[in-house]
This record gives sequence, C-alpha cells and structure tokens, in this order.
Amino acid sequence: MKNLKMSIATMLLLAVSFTYAQDGHNHDHGKMEKNGKKMGHSKMMNMKSEAILSDYFSLKDVLVADDSKKAAEAGSKLAASLKAFDKSNYTAGEQKELTDIIEDATEHAEHIAKSEIGHQREHFKTLSKDITDMVAITGTKNTLYEQFCPMYDKGSSWLSTKEEVRNPYYGSKMLKCGKVQKTIQ
Amino acid sequence: MKVVKIIAIVLLVVFVGIQFIPTTRNQSEGVPKTDFMLVNDVPSDIKNKLQVSCYDCHSNNTKYPWYNKVQPVAWLLEDHIKEGKAELNFNEWDSLSSRRKASKLRSIIKQIESGEMPLDSYTLIHKDAKFSEEETQQLVKYIENLKDSL
Repeated sequence: MKNLKMSIATMLLLAVSFTYAQDGHNHDHGKMEKNGKKMGHSKMMNMKSEAILSDYFSLKDVLVADDSKKAAEAGSKLAASLKAFDKSNYTAGEQKELTDIIEDATEHAEHIAKSEIGHQREHFKTLSKDITDMVAITGTKNTLYEQFCPMYDKGSSWLSTKEEVRNPYYGSKMLKCGKVQKTIQ
Repeated sequence: MKVVKIIAIVLLVVFVGIQFIPTTRNQSEGVPKTDFMLVNDVPSDIKNKLQVSCYDCHSNNTKYPWYNKVQPVAWLLEDHIKEGKAELNFNEWDSLSSRRKASKLRSIIKQIESGEMPLDSYTLIHKDAKFSEEETQQLVKYIENLKDSL
C-alpha cells in the first residue's frame, strides 16, 4: 500500500510539473529575425544568393544520381543557406517578393530533408520555380540553363550550370529526358 | 501471482495518473475571415468533405469524440494536430501569398492522389473521412482549378 501511495504522489507531481512545462510550448518560434551585420557591399550580398544556388545545384546533382539520403542532407543545407539570405540591399518591392520566395523555398527544402525520393522530387519542382524567380531578382555570376522535361508532372523545369541535360526528376530512369528552355546570364 | 498483481496495479496507477496530465485542446471561437471556405467559393459537397476529412487537424477547431479525451490517445492526437496545422491551416488560408497558396494546393493534390491524406490512423475511426474514388477526382479537379485561377 505504501508503494501505491508513493506512485500516486509521484504521478501527481509529474502532472503538476507537466502543467508548468506546457506553458512554454505555445510560443511561436516561427519568425526569428536575423540581425546579422549589415553588409554594404553588393558583392557580399551576392555571395549569399550564390551560396543558395550552389546548394541548389548540389541537391539537383544528387537527385540526378537517385540518392535520396544525400538529397536529404543537401535539402537541410539549402534550408540553412536560404535562412541566412540577406535581402537588405534590395528595394522594398523586391524584398517583399524575396521574402515570399525564400519562405516558400525553405519549406520545400525542409521537406526534402525528411522525405523519400518521390516526395523529394515533387518538392524539387516547386523549389526550382522559387529559385528561378529568385535569380530573376538577384542575378548570378554564372551562366545558367533552365531545362524542361515535358513528362514529369505535366512538364517541369529546373536549373543547371551545364548545358547538357541530366534529369533530376527521373534520374537514371530517363537521364537525358528534357531540353534547354532558356539561357540565363 | 504477486508479481502480476503488482504490475497490474502499477499499470493502473500509471493509466489513472496520466489522465491528470493536461493536453491543449484545439478549439477556438468563431471562424476567422481568412478561412478557406470564406474566401473561396466552395461547392457545398466539397465544403462538407473538407470539413469532415481535413478540418480536425488542419484548422483551429477539432471535434473531439470521448475517446480522444482519454490518455494516451489525446497526446497522440495533440501531436498530429500540431503537425497538421504547421503544414496547413485552412482557417488561415488567406494570410498566405499566391505563391504559398499555389505550393499548398499542389501539396494537397499530391497528398490526396497518393492516398497519404487523410491519415490511415484517422480514417480507421472516422469512416466518413475516407475519400471514395469519385470524391478524390472531384476534389482534385476543384483544387486544380483553384490553383490555376490564382
């Protein structure tokens, strides 16, 4: 009986401590504004979008290689560089657009970090649209190729640094399906 | 036999004990102006289906049958709702940008077409939440149109 009493007492204590612990759960950690150093040089600023692009291309390459595990890693790396993006040097209108793009892209990158290959490719499609729209604002130092595969999900695009087509939506199944739709310089 | 009895008592105590641990109920007054149904012209049968099949975990209001108030079921549910609302909250639909809406609609279509949503663990109990072949097609068509009209 003594043991039983002890157990009940322990449970009640636990219950009380949980009640308090739960208070902390309701805060919204959604928007953590990054107040890093202001970077006056556009060169530095561009490096941030180049970092995003570089992570995006690594992700594309591992999807071409059908490597889901590496794609997950690339996805979380990309999510991190998206969050680190500094848009302070753009106009108000561009900033609004970029915030929207980055927010959307981050969500897709995060999903890629925790899904299997089919899902990763679905998210990669919308992610590619976001990144393409980002480049339209930020520009890039490299020549990029917007490529298009008419077969995947009623037609899907992606970006590549190389002109020759390597399909990230089908990988080895249809490696060369697609064509260059546009050259971005 | 004594051991069995002790174990049984301990389990009972734990079961009773965990009932005291509070869970946050997902319930709120009224429907915000940003709700999916209020900003879109949704046909009544689709409205009804979304309400029954999706809103329990993807809105600020969950209908709680009695078994969902018993632990540890309530915990499991609380987790699902938290995750569900983080992915998509129909009540806050109109606070999303067009880009985000398009993204969400695309995901809705994929989830429904692949049968991943509604979750099996949910339709197991909520039989009426299941989508028939026809309902799936109807809903996907509606969502596609909505996406194209953004």
